[in-house]
Amino acid sequence: MSAAQNLILSPVWDRARTGTHFLSGDHACAEGAIYAGCRFFAGYPITPATEIAERLAERLPEIGGQYIQMEDEIASMAAILGASVTGAKSMTATSGPGFSLMMENLGLGYMEEIPTVVVDVQRGGPSTGLPTSVGQQDMMQARFGPHGDFTSITFSPQSPQEAFNLTVHAFNVAERLRTPVLLMMDEVVGHMYERVVIPPAGEIPLVSRARPTVPPEEYHTYRPGPDLVPPMALAGDGYSVLFTGLTHDEDGRPVTTYAAQKVLVPRLREKILRNREVYERVGLYKTEDATTLVISYGITARSARRAVDLGREKGLPIGLFRPLSVWPFPAEKLRSLKNVKRIVVAEINMGQVVLEVRRIAGPYAEVLHVGNAGGHVISAETILEACTAPPEAKP
Amino acid sequence: MTANASAATSPAMNGMAHVGPHPYDHLLRSADLPTIWCPGCGIGTAVGALIYGFEQAAIPMEKRVIVGGIGCSSRIVFYAKTDAYHTTHGRTIPFATGIKLCNPTLNVVVFAGDGDLFAIGGNHFIHAARRNMDLLVVCINNFNYGMTGGQGGPTTPAGALSTTTPYGNAEFPFNLPELAATAGATYVARWTTLDVRRLRNTFADVLKRHGFRFVEVLAPCPVSFGKTNKIGSGVEEMEYYEGLEVLKSRVEATEVPKTNIELGKPIIVGTFVDREAETFRDRYARVIDKARGSKS
Repeated sequence: MSAAQNLILSPVWDRARTGTHFLSGDHACAEGAIYAGCRFFAGYPITPATEIAERLAERLPEIGGQYIQMEDEIASMAAILGASVTGAKSMTATSGPGFSLMMENLGLGYMEEIPTVVVDVQRGGPSTGLPTSVGQQDMMQARFGPHGDFTSITFSPQSPQEAFNLTVHAFNVAERLRTPVLLMMDEVVGHMYERVVIPPAGEIPLVSRARPTVPPEEYHTYRPGPDLVPPMALAGDGYSVLFTGLTHDEDGRPVTTYAAQKVLVPRLREKILRNREVYERVGLYKTEDATTLVISYGITARSARRAVDLGREKGLPIGLFRPLSVWPFPAEKLRSLKNVKRIVVAEINMGQVVLEVRRIAGPYAEVLHVGNAGGHVISAETILEACTAPPEAKP
Repeated sequence: MTANASAATSPAMNGMAHVGPHPYDHLLRSADLPTIWCPGCGIGTAVGALIYGFEQAAIPMEKRVIVGGIGCSSRIVFYAKTDAYHTTHGRTIPFATGIKLCNPTLNVVVFAGDGDLFAIGGNHFIHAARRNMDLLVVCINNFNYGMTGGQGGPTTPAGALSTTTPYGNAEFPFNLPELAATAGATYVARWTTLDVRRLRNTFADVLKRHGFRFVEVLAPCPVSFGKTNKIGSGVEEMEYYEGLEVLKSRVEATEVPKTNIELGKPIIVGTFVDREAETFRDRYARVIDKARGSKS
C-alpha cells in the first residue's frame, strides 16, 4: 500500500479552492463537499448530476480522497454508508431515477444513524421523464421516500453560491445529528454558472461527529446523549459495535418488539425535531408588512423574488419566505409572520411542499399553489398573477 | 467481558451450571446466545470456522469487521464479536466496499446467504470481483431462502422442491465458483460444513491475504430444503454430502467445476482459484499519486 493508505482522515492535504470562481451549481456543490471534509464519493452517472461526480473524480484524489463509480445507485448509497462508519465524510449525487434507487439504503442510514450527504439534482419526472430539464418533483420523496417513520433534513439552494454553502452546512448537520442529510438541487441551479466565493479553509467552522468518551465496556452503540444523539464509535476503534436496520436496543441488539420500537423510532424523529437550531435556515425578503407571502425554494425562489419586486413596484404588500431547509418545514418561523392573509407556494411540481404549508397556515391564511408538471421555470409574472388573483370562492 | 463473566450472565446458561465457558466465549456476543439457527443448520459451523480463522490468522480484535445482509447467515453479526454491520438485503458488498476503502487496515468479511449474495445482490458481487475489491466474501449456500420458510432461489438445483417450486424448480442455478472465477475473484474455494478442518484452515489462510476472495460453504437446511427434498435431518444431510463429495484439491488450486450442483449428483469441493492480482485500492493509490503529482 503506497501513499494512499490512511489518508482519508488526514487533515494534511485539506485544500479548499479558496477564491472567487465562475462555477456551475454542480461544481460548486462538489467544492462545498471538499471544503466540508468529504473524502469519499460513490456514485453513478446521471443527468443533470453527472458534473458533481466528474468534478469529484478529479478533485478527490488530489487531496487523498477517493471517488468510486459503483454499479448502480443502490450500491452508491450503500458504499457511502460503509465509508461513513469508518469516520470518513461521504457523499453521493444523483437525480430522480437514481434517487428512487437510493431509498432502500437511505432508510438504513436513518435507522442506523449514519451521517452522510445525498444530493438530488432534480429533473422532470416521473420515471425517465425530462432528463435535461428542470423539476422540483422529488420534494415529497425527500420527505417520505424510504418506508417507515423517520424525519429527513432537506436543503434546497437557489444558486451555485448557495449550493456551495448548503453543501458545507449539510455535512455539518449530518455529523452533528448523526443522520443522512439531503440536498435537493434542481437542473437549473445545477447547470447555471455564477460567481462563487470559496472562503479560506476554516472560515466556515466544520463539525465532526461526537465519539465515545468512555471505554468499550461502558459504551452503548445507541445510547443517546441529552440531545438524543448517540456518540458514534467507528469501525476499528475497538468497541465491537453492532449496527442493524432491525429495531434495536441501546446496544444495537435486535429487539423486534412494540416496546423497543416505541422507544427507538420516536427518538429518531425527535432527534431531528428538537434540534432545529442546528439546521434550520430561512431567507426572508420584504416580509415585515407583507399580507401576501410567496413561499419558494431552489431556482423558483429567484422568480419569486422578482415577483415580490414587481408587486412592490405596484404598491402591493408582498414578501418572500424562502426555506433553505425545506424539511422539516420551518413552521414556527412561518407562523411568526402575523400579518399574512394569503400564501402563494411556487414550486416546479403539481403540489408538494404546498401540502405542508397548507397544513401549517391553512387555518389562518388562504394558501394557493403555482406550479407546473416539470420542464419549465415558473416566471415572476405567473407568481405575481397568483398573488393578485381574486380570493378563491369557498365551496 | 471475560469468558467466565459471560457464562455466568448468559440466559442460555440458566439451569445449566454444569456447562463451563466455551473457549470462544470472549469472541462471541455471549449474552445473545443461543442462536436463532434451527437444529441441524450448518451456519453455526461456518461461523465457528471463521472465528477460528480470525484467531489463527492473529487478526487483532479491533481490526475484525463483519458485514451481513438479510437472512439466516447474516445473523452472524449478532453472535460473532467484531465490529458488525447488518445491512439491507443484498447490499453487503457495496457497504463493505465503503468500509474497506476508507480504512484499508481493517480486515473486512462479508458473510451472507446465497439469496442475499446472488439474487438481490448478484450485481454487486460480480462488480466487486471485477474491481478486485479487497474483501473476503463467504456465501452460506443452503439452496433456498431459509429465513422466510424455504422458497426457491438462485442456487436451488434444477428440479428441486421448495415452497415456491412445488412442482420442481424450472430454473437452472448459478454455479457459484465458476461465476466468481469468471468475474475476476483471486481466490475461490468450496467446502461443505462437513469439512470443518478444511474450512477452518481456509479461513485462517485467506484472512491474511488480499483481493476479492470467495468461499462457498454448502450448509444443511434440514428444516426447509432437506425436509422438502427428502434429504432428511441435519445429520442425514451431512451424510448426503459425505457420500457425494468429490475432493478436487486440498490446497493447490485446480480447475473450476463446470457443472451445476444437481440433486443426488457428485459435489466437487476444493480450492479452485488462487492467484495474486492488484486490488482496486492498490491501483487507486496510483491514481492519487498521479492526481497529486499533476496538480501540486
